[in-house]
Amino acid sequence: MSETTTFSGNRGLQIEEKLIFEMGNEGCSGVDLPEPGPVDLDRMGGLAKRGSSGLPDLSEPQVVRHYTRLSQKNYGIDTGFYPLGSCTMKHNPRLSEKVARLPGLADLHPLQPQKTVQGALEVMDSLAHWLKELTGMPAVAMSPAAGAHGEWCGLMAIRTAHEEKGEGHRRRVLVPESAHGTNPASAAMCGFTVDPIPAKENGRVDLDALKAKLGPDVAGLMLTNPNTCGLFESEIIEIAAAIHGAGGYFYCDGANFNAIVGRVKIADLGIDCMHINLHKTFATPHGGGGPGAGPTVLSAALAPFAPVPYVVHGKGGFELVEDAREGAKPFGRVKGFHGQFGVFVRALAYIASMGADGLRQASSDAVLNANYLQARLGDMLTPSFDGPCMHEALFDDRFLKDTGVTTLDFAKALIDEGYHPMTMYFPLVVHGALLMEPTETESKEAIDQFIDVVRSLALRAKAGAADEFKASPRFTPRRRLDETLAARTPVLRWKA
Amino acid sequence: MGDKRFTKDHEWISVEGDMGTVGISDYAQHALGDVVFVEVPDAGRAIAKGAEAAVVESVKAASEVYSPVSGTVVKGNQAIVDQPGLVNEAAEAGAWFFTVKLSDPSELTDLMDRAAYDAYLKTLE
Amino acid sequence: MRYLPLTDSDRRAMLAAIGATDVDELFRDVPAAARLAEALPLPRHQGEMEVERAFTRMAGKNLSAGCAPFFIGAGIYRHHVPAAVDQLLLRGEFLTAYTPYQPEVSQGTLQALFEFQTQVAMITGMDVANASMYDGATAAAEAAVMACRVTKRARVILSGSLHPHYAETTETSLRYTEMTAERLPPDPLGFEDLLGRVDSRTACVVVQNPGFFGGVRDLRLLAATCHEAGALLVVMVAEPTSLGLFESPGAMGADIVVCEGQSLGVGMNFGGPGLGLFATRDKYVRQMPGRLVGQTVDVDGKRGWVLTLSTREQHIRREKATSNICTNSGLCALAFSMHLTMLGGSGLARLAELNHAMAVKLEQKLAAVKGLKVLAQSYYNEFAVHLGDGADAALLVDKLADQGILAGVPASRFYPTWPELAPVLILAATETNTEDDMDRLVAGLKEALS
Repeated sequence: MSETTTFSGNRGLQIEEKLIFEMGNEGCSGVDLPEPGPVDLDRMGGLAKRGSSGLPDLSEPQVVRHYTRLSQKNYGIDTGFYPLGSCTMKHNPRLSEKVARLPGLADLHPLQPQKTVQGALEVMDSLAHWLKELTGMPAVAMSPAAGAHGEWCGLMAIRTAHEEKGEGHRRRVLVPESAHGTNPASAAMCGFTVDPIPAKENGRVDLDALKAKLGPDVAGLMLTNPNTCGLFESEIIEIAAAIHGAGGYFYCDGANFNAIVGRVKIADLGIDCMHINLHKTFATPHGGGGPGAGPTVLSAALAPFAPVPYVVHGKGGFELVEDAREGAKPFGRVKGFHGQFGVFVRALAYIASMGADGLRQASSDAVLNANYLQARLGDMLTPSFDGPCMHEALFDDRFLKDTGVTTLDFAKALIDEGYHPMTMYFPLVVHGALLMEPTETESKEAIDQFIDVVRSLALRAKAGAADEFKASPRFTPRRRLDETLAARTPVLRWKA
Repeated sequence: MGDKRFTKDHEWISVEGDMGTVGISDYAQHALGDVVFVEVPDAGRAIAKGAEAAVVESVKAASEVYSPVSGTVVKGNQAIVDQPGLVNEAAEAGAWFFTVKLSDPSELTDLMDRAAYDAYLKTLE
Repeated sequence: MRYLPLTDSDRRAMLAAIGATDVDELFRDVPAAARLAEALPLPRHQGEMEVERAFTRMAGKNLSAGCAPFFIGAGIYRHHVPAAVDQLLLRGEFLTAYTPYQPEVSQGTLQALFEFQTQVAMITGMDVANASMYDGATAAAEAAVMACRVTKRARVILSGSLHPHYAETTETSLRYTEMTAERLPPDPLGFEDLLGRVDSRTACVVVQNPGFFGGVRDLRLLAATCHEAGALLVVMVAEPTSLGLFESPGAMGADIVVCEGQSLGVGMNFGGPGLGLFATRDKYVRQMPGRLVGQTVDVDGKRGWVLTLSTREQHIRREKATSNICTNSGLCALAFSMHLTMLGGSGLARLAELNHAMAVKLEQKLAAVKGLKVLAQSYYNEFAVHLGDGADAALLVDKLADQGILAGVPASRFYPTWPELAPVLILAATETNTEDDMDRLVAGLKEALS
């Protein structure tokens, strides 16, 4: 319990906020609209709405205050250090927000005649060009809306390529045990079955085990690189050769491309397709869970099957191809219209700001920061693997053995110290995982302070302060929430 | 009810005559944590040994319950559907999942008795 | 490089702490053959001014909607978004937060999404809604898959009223599964017979209301027919502001309602990102894809919110998940919710009346164009017109664009192989139009068609 209570329930800047449905006055509105003129024709078809929707009526000041208060109950990158492994919470440049709001880019309809949107098509084409150059791949499908959507897009291209070759019987996809859950879920949506492959002691794919699983029914391999343990798959070229030798394609989950951009070309690794999370590698905002974008680069073998639409250079300028053309056999369409254009603008602004030199410096600094974190915490926590990591450092919970403190408790205690927790219990291949990704946009000072905090917490845990950890967080707007209650008796909406 | 026999997937069955009662083991409920949702099969459904027969979910995990034997479902346990927490309280007693009329009682010989299951659990540690 | 805080002396000190001589050493697990020795031969970094100049140049090559009489809809609608929405959306605590997996530091996003779910359920007339999907097209595809899961059937009927992109996305999603989609031909007059196609193998009928060609229809008989056959009715709403004026899909018997939510808060942005809304009945909630926020209490007994029922999702169920979806369209959902909160119940109703009144006014003005025929008997803020036999809507739109008029969408853009649709033009009017816009459109049409 908090030691102090107030009459209002507020505590200084921590202000309790009702639901919008519990406030407002009927007849108020935050928007002034003109009076609709007389309607002389009956075009309602007898389907006029009966009864009210139940939405509350609020004025603008009430609305602005409501959302401002809600925002103050959130932690963002703008608030502080956000070492959430595999999520790449790097600074989101505000220039990207500014240019994305230019009316000439924001106030455009996707179905305007193409000659009136040449600048928008240029944005798409320029971003596609950068993505192809940075990966060395000949083609890119721009429309997937997020990473998992890009995964599915890549696998659909693989499935279609096999079908076109008369090898539709290839239905087995190899996926490492450490893979993100979207990998098997995406494979299942393409009619593939998933065959797990084990990792070696050093956290990399077991090449011999992989080879033993190859066969004429194998469609491909899904491999995250750098992998979910934050390690580069050092035998990746041999892995690619093995899967190609068996007639399969190599899908790379590019969630961690941010670690190697400008330092490695994906094409040189033998990869056939890879999605790129623009919100991770190219700093577009996560927005509390989207929107993302997952453009998927494709090798020459898969390029003909890219989904519509895509931009080509035509006689009179850029052309948006929305239907199958000669020579192309698109596997279909993955979403409405032309992709996450608003996200493209932001990513391209970031890329233009960073340039080839800046992008390479960013991946170098991201890896340097993670290795520094690993080196400075290695004696106090328990790193899961030896040797350098890439953009994130993985620890397991051996350092908490017999303290009574769990990984979850440790993470919640970090919240009281003013930090967002690291990723917990992922990847599943190590016990009680703590995955920390500092990103390149943190200063040495910020990382040093975080290291000091983590070390002090580890010492407190080892000194027997388990009760303190169990009670954390104590200073947040809400303390630990009852997830069992939420799931047993779901309350998913407000009701009068 | 007769003595329980166990599967490697942590289901148990106790049989009287040709009627079996199926549930999940105490080890399984403990591994899942707080159970928040249960789905049991409808009466009359034919199930094969090893086939998915029921579902049990906690906040962070979901698991299928496989039938230890072949047969026809007689009844699902509505009590655990209404109160999933019972599975945590009495996994090997009142919180059974369904009853089944066995079509091939000889399948029981493939299952472990209590001692064998306990020994099997030791190997999982 | 303004986004990178490390200095060279920081880097040296950090390398020393690691025990490495240079950064290249940290990349030693990369096969030597694949390492790039230096930055790629592409443009170097630039300051804000240079970047802004480049984007202003690209933006200048476009004809933005605000600079033209604008009558384009067909799945993306231009509405006025209140200034407060964008200002609030830019708050860093919303903009730069991750998915609210840590509820103690994410109550803002969680409460806002709980409000969003409630608003979506209210306007669609359904019990429960999720925290959003990528867009309308992917929501439609997910709804079809969910209906198959619920009914344990595999046949999906896609009405000709469905936006072609939604239909194509659904077909693509089902392409390599056991499920099949029967897609009906485009239906500009609203004559298609859906009732006769529903049978005991049908998992669902997916119908759009208002339809792609603008028509509004009564869905009650279709709902009853579906239910009698053990199938679900999935209703797609591409223009959710219509729900302020017309009977909700829920009230007409829908089992799943999906929407493209872009109309409220999000803006056009050349068609992306969109916002998929997804609502259903309580009894199907565990079959629903996507994230869900639920109410609970904290250890002090205070009301709060968490992500819940996540065992449906890929990170737990993996290949058995209800969907591979891992993200939602969080910030767009927030924008939608803010806009709807600004409007309120009475504001939404007023906005919808205004849109409808503008469309009726447009129909009246179009009576002056010889040979032009409005195809729908009832509509919301959009309808298809036939320009007369032999007319080519695509050519006409192209011609008017040269005069700075954005005159709707030719049906042939979506149906290039249907010659009978060549003279069909789809026109939308919203509160952003003026009478002067309409007069310019009508004058342009008259001239072009004479």
